[in-house]
Amino acid sequence: MAHAEGQQHPVGVVAHVEGQQHPIGIYLKIWGLLFVLSAASYFVDYFHVQGYLRWFLIVTFMLMKAGLIVAVFMHMLWERLALMYAILVPPLLLLVLLGIGALEADYTFFTRGTFFGPGTPAPVGQ
Amino acid sequence: MSQPALTSAGEAVPLPEGLQGIVADWSSDQRAFKKVPWGKAMMWIFLLSDTFIFSAFLISYMNVRMSTTEPWPNPSEVFALTLFGKNIPLILIAIMTFILISSSGTMAMAVKFGYEKNKKMTFILLLITAALGASFVGMQAFEWTKLIQEGVRPWGNPMGAAQFGSAFFMITGFHGTHVSIGVIFLIIVAIKVLRGDLDRMTPGFLTGRKGNYEIVETMGLYWHFVDLVWVFIFALFYLW
Repeated sequence: MAHAEGQQHPVGVVAHVEGQQHPIGIYLKIWGLLFVLSAASYFVDYFHVQGYLRWFLIVTFMLMKAGLIVAVFMHMLWERLALMYAILVPPLLLLVLLGIGALEADYTFFTRGTFFGPGTPAPVGQ
Repeated sequence: MSQPALTSAGEAVPLPEGLQGIVADWSSDQRAFKKVPWGKAMMWIFLLSDTFIFSAFLISYMNVRMSTTEPWPNPSEVFALTLFGKNIPLILIAIMTFILISSSGTMAMAVKFGYEKNKKMTFILLLITAALGASFVGMQAFEWTKLIQEGVRPWGNPMGAAQFGSAFFMITGFHGTHVSIGVIFLIIVAIKVLRGDLDRMTPGFLTGRKGNYEIVETMGLYWHFVDLVWVFIFALFYLW
């Protein structure tokens, strides 16, 4: 995918010819691939795949679909690195929020189990 | 791209102070995002902020789902439909997914034909995209109605953890709003294309910027993003 069709325009003539033009075939191929990946993730549910295999498959298909949409449909593949990094790097911060959320949820679950679980005495002073 | 940013020569120019200085500094002849129209770069920035909003929703959903002691309702059963006398799990959501992906495909082709100045094809493809988007919203309305009739509320439901309802209505509602706004703007852009506004560079009613086929691509970015968000919702809310 290193062929940069976006750069075929005469560079430096006028700044207005900035559109991205790619052959229609690539959109149709990606469309087909997205259909296949969606069907695959649906069949994960349909055939009741459970446990770690289910989560692995779901997340894999999800990330592949997201990558195809951003790279080809949204033309990120042909953009300059400055734009690519400006858009794709900041969301990595969300991993921190994800981690905090998971830690906090574990703690909440633990305290709920301790204080509201079956067989625990009623809270003192009520 | 007319001039490279003035660096060493910039010292000779007296710089304005105060508020004027802020405006001058930020609007001076510097351009970080080369080879993209300004509107497209700014749409990307907007989508970045939208990414954070949707991620905040999805991460809070993860948090409440992990921390609840009640069993989580099984989405595969909750969203099952009886078709032709058979109970098919999650079928409505699967159809919605395929519809949204197809609308993304037609949108991508509309952008291509837009840059080729093929008015007719661009208009038709934009209308198909809008129609698919509208049918998606219609199915979502059907799904909401069905769940509300089954007693699902933001504060509780008969199937299990109360947080299911709040996460469901919040996330799909916010996404459905995005789709609806997208459909409206798709129709607006389609009309502009058909009328020839983009060929004649007629200023837009909202921004006053000159019409240009780049707006089709900017519109496309928004639409693909709506599809992108659905990919994550489909995987994390409906399939997990």
